[in-house]
Amino acid sequence: MKLHEAEAKDLLRSAGLPVPDWSVASTPAEVRDAAARYLAAGAERVVIKAQVLVGGRGKAGGVKLAGTEDEAEQVGEAILAMTIKGLPVRRVLIAPAADIAAEYYLGAVLDRSSRRVLLMGSGEGGVEIEEVARERPGAIVRVHAHPHLGLLDYQARQLVLRMGVGREHLRTAASIAVGVYRALVSNDADLVEVNPLALVRTAGDGSGALSLQCLDAKVTIDDSALFRHPDLEALRDPDEEDPADREAREQGISFIRLDGSIGCMVNGAGLAMTTMDLVKRAGGEPANFLDIGGGARADKVSAAMRLILADPKVRAILVNIFGGITRGDEVARGLVEARSEQTRDVPMVVRIVGTNAEEAGDILRAAAFETATSLDEAAQKAVAAASRGGAAG
Amino acid sequence: MSVLVGTETRLLVQGITGREGEFHARQMLAYGTRVVAGVTPGRGGVSAVDGSVPVFDTCEEAVRETGANTSVIYVPAPAAPDAIVEAVGAGIGTVFCITEGIPALDMLKVVPVVEASGARLIGPNCPGATSPGRAKVGIIPGNIHHEGRVGLVSRSGTLTYEVVQAMTDAGIGQSTCVGIGGDPIIGSTFVDILSLFAADPQTEAVVLIGEIGGEAEETAAGWAAENLREKPVVAFIAGRTAPEGKRMGHAGAIISGGRGTAASKVAALQAAGIRVANSPTEIPQLLEEAGVRPS
Repeated sequence: MKLHEAEAKDLLRSAGLPVPDWSVASTPAEVRDAAARYLAAGAERVVIKAQVLVGGRGKAGGVKLAGTEDEAEQVGEAILAMTIKGLPVRRVLIAPAADIAAEYYLGAVLDRSSRRVLLMGSGEGGVEIEEVARERPGAIVRVHAHPHLGLLDYQARQLVLRMGVGREHLRTAASIAVGVYRALVSNDADLVEVNPLALVRTAGDGSGALSLQCLDAKVTIDDSALFRHPDLEALRDPDEEDPADREAREQGISFIRLDGSIGCMVNGAGLAMTTMDLVKRAGGEPANFLDIGGGARADKVSAAMRLILADPKVRAILVNIFGGITRGDEVARGLVEARSEQTRDVPMVVRIVGTNAEEAGDILRAAAFETATSLDEAAQKAVAAASRGGAAG
Repeated sequence: MSVLVGTETRLLVQGITGREGEFHARQMLAYGTRVVAGVTPGRGGVSAVDGSVPVFDTCEEAVRETGANTSVIYVPAPAAPDAIVEAVGAGIGTVFCITEGIPALDMLKVVPVVEASGARLIGPNCPGATSPGRAKVGIIPGNIHHEGRVGLVSRSGTLTYEVVQAMTDAGIGQSTCVGIGGDPIIGSTFVDILSLFAADPQTEAVVLIGEIGGEAEETAAGWAAENLREKPVVAFIAGRTAPEGKRMGHAGAIISGGRGTAASKVAALQAAGIRVANSPTEIPQLLEEAGVRPS
């Protein structure tokens, strides 16, 4: 589960990290009020940032500066009217614009191949780390935390020195690195990213004093660990969760909507991906990924069918069930029931193999479903059915 | 011979009095697996599966009383890390964790404990392993197998069944089929299982079923090119059409930052001289092209 920047910053602050003040607004008037406060407190400008759960907000025009209250209100209104990568901007974050002397990248991530938490740092902050990794891999320094002792202080010092942080900021930077690691562990995150970690000139006092500040934050929580973080579960953004995604989550179905026209209902994640791949190979495009899970009862089959049919692009449905623990006849009965409740007539191709496949076949034939024996055949039949439907419609 | 599970397996079922545990204990017994003990804290002294399997409160007691050497875990995610460490602490050599949804940071702490003890963990979020004709541990349906000389290792569940069924239909038998699990942090990797197959005289060829996310397939390809030259490998990678940044059902199946794509895995496998199937149904044919004969 991805968190919004403001929520991520809250977690960093709780871990004791230096994060400059911010406000969240959902109307241009609230943007104006927040900007007025920061400008009156001595900020020369404020930054206004779209709060959407996608990367590349800046490039999309979702991050702007403003020097006056009027300008802040206008900019806020413009950003609140935007849609970035399909997501409408409902809220913006307002913060005093920092006077930046240097930018770093600092992140902690669950590293699968080493089975450790990996701390990554770079003297090239403020840009996407994937870009740095591609173009100048040598500019990223890495250190693995110990699985039981955590990130040790000497490791943190080594990391920040190799990032190019000056010796005068060594202690602060090292404690920030340890804080990032702790924020990951205490929240069961699989990613905590501070980008940029900036060396900021203290506003307005002319002293030229520099301090390290976390100016942007990205946090992703391990979904499997949400059961022990009810506070984080409560942050799930209902505005950004598609109603279909919510129904799927509540039914225990893994569902991801895609752009194609062939709806897929499969048991098992690997088999569901394979079914999509074979639809593509047969010349079609999958409309979704759907793993119905184990022991698919009739009500779950009906729910899966509703999810698929809610997508108007769907012109055919491919059901692929390998009965192991899941009994084929149970799924077949579920399909018959689901079709009787169906509001839209879409051709369906069903392949059920494994446990009780014969009984399933009898039920499906009696109900005049189109069936298939092999996976490849099922994909081809579904693609053919979708194009027939297209010609008729 | 076979790997991981066989006639020497003396199985302990952790969570045997639960719905899943009892159901699968029954299936494993019916397949011929020697299920010697069950553990459910607080239920010690009862018998499970129609009185045929003694239940103990602790793994330590179960091992002492029955000589169990392998365990399979069907307990809920919050209790599963504890169950793994308990089994290893009791001297169990091979632990299969079927449980799905264990927090990744828990596994990150548990895996080094298992490794330090010299035990082997398969999973979590895995279907287990079957050595056809000898024993099955986990949830893989027993009736799809045919005994033979091809080893299979996979990150998936039902996709594995699909491939096994296709092999069996083509008359190509299996030595051992192992599901290593769909989570980001797992106990045994492709390379761990490939090295078991490399040393197993019964296994003549290997099928590797991978999917998007991580770089375990790339690592396995490099390892196989160096260490598995005498045994042909046929692979299949699921998720060629999966979009970036979306978790495809399995916690570990996600392309992020352009890494973990099916294309990268297929290229690495092919560069290592491994035949990659476009569909599970092509696997038997590719095995035959590699010199494997029906058994």
